Amino acid sequence: MSFLSEAFWVLLLGSLLGLELIGKVPPTLHTPLMSGANAISGITMIAALTLIIKAGDNLPLLVMGSVSLGFALFNVVGGFLVTDRMLAMFSRKSTRK
Amino acid sequence: MNFFEILKFSIDLLAVFLLALGIKGLSKVRSAREANRLAAIAMTLAAVGVFVESLGDSGIPFNSWFWIIAGSIVGTFLGALVAKKVAMTAMPETVALFNGCGGMSSLLVALAVAIFPLSSPEETLNMDLVEKISIVISVFVGSITFTGSIVAMAKLQGWLPTPAWMQSKIRHFINIGLGVISLVSISSLLNGSDSGLLLLVISSAFLGVGVTLPIGGADMPVVISLLNSYSGVAAAAAGFVVGSQLLIVAGAMVGAAGLILTQVMCNGMNRSLVSVLFGGALGATVATDSSGSGDYLNITSCSVEECALTLEAAERVVIVPGYGLAVAQAQHTLREVTRALEGSGVDVTYAIHPVAGRMPGHMNVLLAEADVPYEQLKEMDVANPEFPATDVVLVLGANDVVNPQAKNDPSSPLYGMPVLDVQEARTVFVIKRGMSAGYSGIKNDLFDLANTSMVFGDAKKVLGDLLVELKELGISGKN
Repeated sequence: MSFLSEAFWVLLLGSLLGLELIGKVPPTLHTPLMSGANAISGITMIAALTLIIKAGDNLPLLVMGSVSLGFALFNVVGGFLVTDRMLAMFSRKSTRK
Repeated sequence: MNFFEILKFSIDLLAVFLLALGIKGLSKVRSAREANRLAAIAMTLAAVGVFVESLGDSGIPFNSWFWIIAGSIVGTFLGALVAKKVAMTAMPETVALFNGCGGMSSLLVALAVAIFPLSSPEETLNMDLVEKISIVISVFVGSITFTGSIVAMAKLQGWLPTPAWMQSKIRHFINIGLGVISLVSISSLLNGSDSGLLLLVISSAFLGVGVTLPIGGADMPVVISLLNSYSGVAAAAAGFVVGSQLLIVAGAMVGAAGLILTQVMCNGMNRSLVSVLFGGALGATVATDSSGSGDYLNITSCSVEECALTLEAAERVVIVPGYGLAVAQAQHTLREVTRALEGSGVDVTYAIHPVAGRMPGHMNVLLAEADVPYEQLKEMDVANPEFPATDVVLVLGANDVVNPQAKNDPSSPLYGMPVLDVQEARTVFVIKRGMSAGYSGIKNDLFDLANTSMVFGDAKKVLGDLLVELKELGISGKN
C-alpha cells in the first residue's frame, strides 16, 4: 500500500502545482509554453527506459520499449529545440534595444 | 536504502524541482528561454536517475544497452531534424506531431506491460487492480492523444479536409458508440480477460479521430493544447504502470498546466471548451440562422496606390495582423513595408489580438522571426485606447477580431468577445482576398463603415505592390 498511497499524494500535489504554476501567462507566450509543456510530457521516456532495463531477454518487450523510447525522445528533443528556437527570437529582440 | 537509491532519490527530487521552476519560468517573457533549458536539464537528470537506480540493482544488461541506444539515436536525430527544419508558420502542426508521439510512447509502454508483465512486479505495484486501471488509462488516453494529434496535424497542414458527414449530427452517435465500445472493453479488461485490449486500442484510436476531425482550423490550437494536457495524463498513468513517482509528478504537472492553458486560450477566443469540442465549426451553425448574417451595403474598395498615398501622409500607423497574414507567410514583406514607413518618420506599431495567428502567441513568434522589434508589438489592452489617435490602421488577414459587432450587437454570436477597436481610427484599410466571412462565418460590420476601405488581394502580393508604390513615392527603408 505504501507506494500506492504515496503515488496518489504525488499525483494530487503535482496536479495542484501544475494548476498554480501557470497563473497568468501573457498571450505572447502561449505558443512557446504549449510546446515547452509538450516537451515535458515526453517524460514517458523514463517509463520506456525502465521498461527496457527490466525487460531482460524478452525481445518483443525490448523492441516495444525501444520504439517507445524513440517516440518519447522525438517529442522531448524536438519539443525543447523548437521551443528554444521560438524563444531565441524574443530574447534577441529585447536585448538589442 | 543503499547509496544508489539515495542518489537516485535526490536526482529525482532535483529534477522535479527544476521542472517546476521551468514551467513557472516559461510563463514570463524574460525568463522563458532559461526556463526551457532548465526543463531540458531536468529531463536529462531524470534519465540519469533511471540509470543510477539500475546500477544499484543489477546493472544494465548488454541487450538493454543496445535497444536503449538504438531508440535514443533514432528519436533524438529525427526530433532534432524536425525542430531545425520546420518553418515557424508550421508551428501548430509541429507541436501536434510531437505531442502525438508522446502519447504513442505512453501507449506502447502500457501495451508492453499489459502483454508481457514485468519480471519483477514486487518492485512496482502489488495491487493488481490499480496496475490494470493505470494500464487501461494509459492505453486509452495514449491512443486518443496519438490519433487526435496526428489528425490535428494533418488538418492544419491541409492534408485532410473535413468530410461532410462529420459536420452533421451523426458524428455524435459514432463517437458515443466508440466511447461505449471503449468502456465495454475497459470493463472486460478489468474483469481479468485480456481480449479487450486490442478492442480498446482500436476504439480509442478511432475516438481520437472522431473527436478531432470535425473541429475547425481556428479551434485546432485549443484541441492541441487539450491533447497536450492528455499526454500529461497518459504520462502520469504510465508512471503508475512502471512505478515511477517522478513520472507521476511530471505528468500531473503537465496535465494540469495544459488544462489551464487550454482554458486561457478558450477565454481569448470567447469560446467555451464544450463548444469547441462538441459544437463543430461555428460557421456551420450560424449560416442557418439569419440573425448574424446579412448583405454588405456600403463597401468602399480602393487601389494599392491610394492606400500607399494615405500611409505616406500618416503619422501613426497601426498594423493588425491576423491568421491570413500567417497563412500567406507575408510577415517578411510586411516588415519591409513597415521599415519603409519608419524610414520616412511614420510611427508604426502592431496591435496583436490574443488569438491572432494560427494559435495564441503565434503571431508574436512570426513577427519576431521577421525582425520586428519586440517593443512595437502591443497587446490588445494597450493597443485599444490608442486607436482614436491613430491615422491609419492596416488590417491584414484578420476578420473576427476586428468586428465591432462583438461590442455593439448583443444578438451577435460574437458578442462579448474581446476585439480590437480599429474603427476608432481615422482610416482603416482591410487587406483581404474577397468578401468571404471570417472563421465565425459572421458578417463584419467594420467593412460597411465609412472610414473603412477594402484592398482586395492576397496579403503577400498586396504588401509587395504597396512596397513598390511607396518606393515610387520616394519612401524607402534605407535612410
